[in-house]
Amino acid sequence: MSELAFFIDYSRCIGCRACVQACEECDTHRGVSMIHLETIRRADTVQTAPQVCMHCEDPICARVCPADAIKQTPDGVTQSALKPRCIGCSNCVLACPFGVPKYFGAIDQMMKCDYCYDRTSAGKRPMCATVCPSQALAFTTREEIERKRQGTAINLWKFGGEVVRTKISVIVPSGVSEIRIGESALSRAGGPAGATEDVAVLLGEI
Amino acid sequence: MAKLPAPLSQIVDRFGPHTKGVPAGGWAPIGEPDRFVKTHCCFCGQQCGIQLKVKDNRVVGFEPWEDFPFNAGKLCPKGVKRYMQDEHPDRLRSPLERVEGEGFRPVSWDLALDRTAKEIRRIQERYGDDAFAVLTGASLTNEKAYLMGKFARVAVRTANIDYNGRLCMVSAAAASKKVFGIDRSANPWSDIPKAKAILVAGANVADCAPITTDYLWQARENGAKIIVLDPRMTPIARTVDLFIPVRPGGDIGIFNGMLHVMIERGWVDREFISEHTTGFEKVEESVRKYTPEYAGRIAGVPPAMIVKAAEIWGPAETSFLLHARGIEHHSKGVENCMAAINLVVATGRIGREGCGYAMITGQGNGQGAREQGQKCDQLPGGRDIENPDHRRFIAEVWGVPEESIPHKGLSAVPLLEAVHAGKIKGLLLICFNPMVSLPDQNFIREALEKLEYFAVIDFFLSETARFADVVLPGSLMEEDEGTTTSVEGRVIHHRKAVEPPAGAREDWRIVCDLAARLGAGVKFPYGSPREIFEELRTASKGGVSDYFGITWEKIDAQKGVFWPCPSLDHPGTPRLYEGARFGHPDGRAHFQAVEWRPAAEEPDAEYPVILTTGRVVSQYLSGTQTRRIAGLMAQEPEPFCEIHPNLAARYGIEPDGFVSVESRRGSTVVRARIVRTIRPDTVFVPYHWPLARAANNCTIRAIDPVSNIPEFKICAVRISAAPRPDDAIARLPPEAGGIA
Repeated sequence: MSELAFFIDYSRCIGCRACVQACEECDTHRGVSMIHLETIRRADTVQTAPQVCMHCEDPICARVCPADAIKQTPDGVTQSALKPRCIGCSNCVLACPFGVPKYFGAIDQMMKCDYCYDRTSAGKRPMCATVCPSQALAFTTREEIERKRQGTAINLWKFGGEVVRTKISVIVPSGVSEIRIGESALSRAGGPAGATEDVAVLLGEI
Repeated sequence: MAKLPAPLSQIVDRFGPHTKGVPAGGWAPIGEPDRFVKTHCCFCGQQCGIQLKVKDNRVVGFEPWEDFPFNAGKLCPKGVKRYMQDEHPDRLRSPLERVEGEGFRPVSWDLALDRTAKEIRRIQERYGDDAFAVLTGASLTNEKAYLMGKFARVAVRTANIDYNGRLCMVSAAAASKKVFGIDRSANPWSDIPKAKAILVAGANVADCAPITTDYLWQARENGAKIIVLDPRMTPIARTVDLFIPVRPGGDIGIFNGMLHVMIERGWVDREFISEHTTGFEKVEESVRKYTPEYAGRIAGVPPAMIVKAAEIWGPAETSFLLHARGIEHHSKGVENCMAAINLVVATGRIGREGCGYAMITGQGNGQGAREQGQKCDQLPGGRDIENPDHRRFIAEVWGVPEESIPHKGLSAVPLLEAVHAGKIKGLLLICFNPMVSLPDQNFIREALEKLEYFAVIDFFLSETARFADVVLPGSLMEEDEGTTTSVEGRVIHHRKAVEPPAGAREDWRIVCDLAARLGAGVKFPYGSPREIFEELRTASKGGVSDYFGITWEKIDAQKGVFWPCPSLDHPGTPRLYEGARFGHPDGRAHFQAVEWRPAAEEPDAEYPVILTTGRVVSQYLSGTQTRRIAGLMAQEPEPFCEIHPNLAARYGIEPDGFVSVESRRGSTVVRARIVRTIRPDTVFVPYHWPLARAANNCTIRAIDPVSNIPEFKICAVRISAAPRPDDAIARLPPEAGGIA
């Protein structure tokens, strides 16, 4: 049986925040949610995007940590900063291209999504992907994604000249092999490219 | 008396709503719970499976129930946070009695029940049996819904019992009965991903039925073309093949226009129509004038959209229709639904795999609660209260003379109008919060203030319970046991997780205690909800919604049983109408010709804008449960008014500024949310908040003549920029109707 993996499909996100609410139920950080839901220009669109830690293959947050507090497990999961080591400098917060780590002043420590390690290491699915009602977040096999979903699951990102490969994949239109931030729409919209979401324009009223 | 017994702020201080953001036992890791209880969400009609974590007789968290077939572990934010209701500080823990000028004081159960029984009989002796009414709810279990219908007719002996499903599902139910002869979604949700064309009419599934979105997205992955009708671009509308931003009240234009094009292009199944239906000639005649141009004018959309919709729907191999409150909450809600269903029947795409239709239930037990006899016009099993055979059958089950069963009483809105008119003097209410959920709030408040005696069974002091003479503290879903019937028609089992707190009682015990005090104890001898279910099974036997073959054991073994299930060896019926056998005695589907007509109140020069109302994903119904959960309140701290920038510019309304929305009946002042995702002639306000923030201050009491559902989805308003309110209500916490 193939290994279970984490996939994000922004075209399915309905902005309900079940992921955010469920994340704070995780035993390792109860009461604090480690997933963000981005609302993208609400004045113009209902598009939303969930953001978990992407678990980079070569995590920049760990590389820039002066205290060597951020560890990666052998199976590629980047953990929150270790309590005794974290010096609260926020280098990781500034360095992450996805804007994921958060510094919590009250405990003087960086925390972030850890792939629900308490659950995934015990064969369970992460809380957010389990509850996601639209399955914009899915924890399943790559075979199942390829069999059941249109589009392609990719994990290659280009932030300018910086190339980042992540443990988590996103589903994009077929034919797309990498995501260039700032150039490629993340949405897998059914309508033609650039289709308006202004209802007045749809109705012919300018 | 039925007036607030103390200043509002004093009542809110003591009884809330306050928000709770920390689970019982705190956020510290809880380790292994004592047990996991497999049960269901207490909120909307999808009734998702969920496991509650219980430790020391407290619900301390949840765990997804991934084996339950409908939701496979998926939950919306309400489902995730539902467990926070347990051990809530606002929880009522003693019967309460109003004390003028002071508020509410705790009293003993005996005193509260004795007084209620005495007042019921006093009012009835003085004004007649029907002067005491009972209002109930569609979130009650099947057992409690059955009990309330029997209690009103056998113990109270009133005709006037109705329920808040009257605000929700009744138009869909009436339309379905007229066309198909059966009131239930025709298909299980597993048929949705198999459909090639899907029409979602007036259903904001992302906010109101989130689990359904996965079924729709699965269909999209399988190549289905999806059409969405809504005045707002909802999250589901954003990436579908055709979004039709219909003008509120214009839906019949779309449906009849589509059918017009389909007939013209030969996309109706003439063979199916002649073999399995009646009445198509009249429909064909009636849609002749609904050319795309005429239909487009009615619907307020370009005619090309209607043609494109017909091109998607007409020639599809398989198709599925989903509709919800968007087309049902109208003074022509039944006609809207029938016009939509005509599109299904005309193509013959029903009763097969991937072919069918469904009404999306809003309330937790919206389906089951209306089958068990708490509607003013129905007896258990979906039986007709005016049908002598049906009356005799139920009279025998109940062990009462047939003539002692009252005839049809008043439905919810006319019932409150009768209270306002002084014809009904006393009211017992359970699981209903009219002081948020009914239209024309000023009128409803005036009505409550006229009651001579008002008793409420609830577990929180709802906005309506504040007006009560006596409040009887009832139970949460996880403190009782019973069944509900989900949006699919699947009867499921809610298991008991914890005991009610000291001072509160299970609702069914309260009702049985009251029945005993009314001298009907011998008819209410139940020792458990299971005993009520056993009687319900018999009472439904041979009815349309036949539960006779359903047992709690079978529900547990099969993870739900679909009705009808007429015998113990019957597996249940997930898909109705297989083999094109419909529920009418002639076995045929009955087409209903429908003409468009205007709403009860259309915009005019004085009130030029359409107000439409609806939900947000983090709140449930009148919010009396969800406004008490901090995480859910944080998602939408207060109501808002969505306005298109073109309309906002006309009235000088600024983003995040305050806007006054005013109708002939009342007004609300809420924050403006200026978005391009709504029609420029329409504004939207969610209805979950009370008092000065209530969308229902503005809405109209116009009702559908058949279903009696109110026209929540359209009334005429004027809007204007307003300063931030700074009165006593605005200073309440947002969950109580204040401003953050």
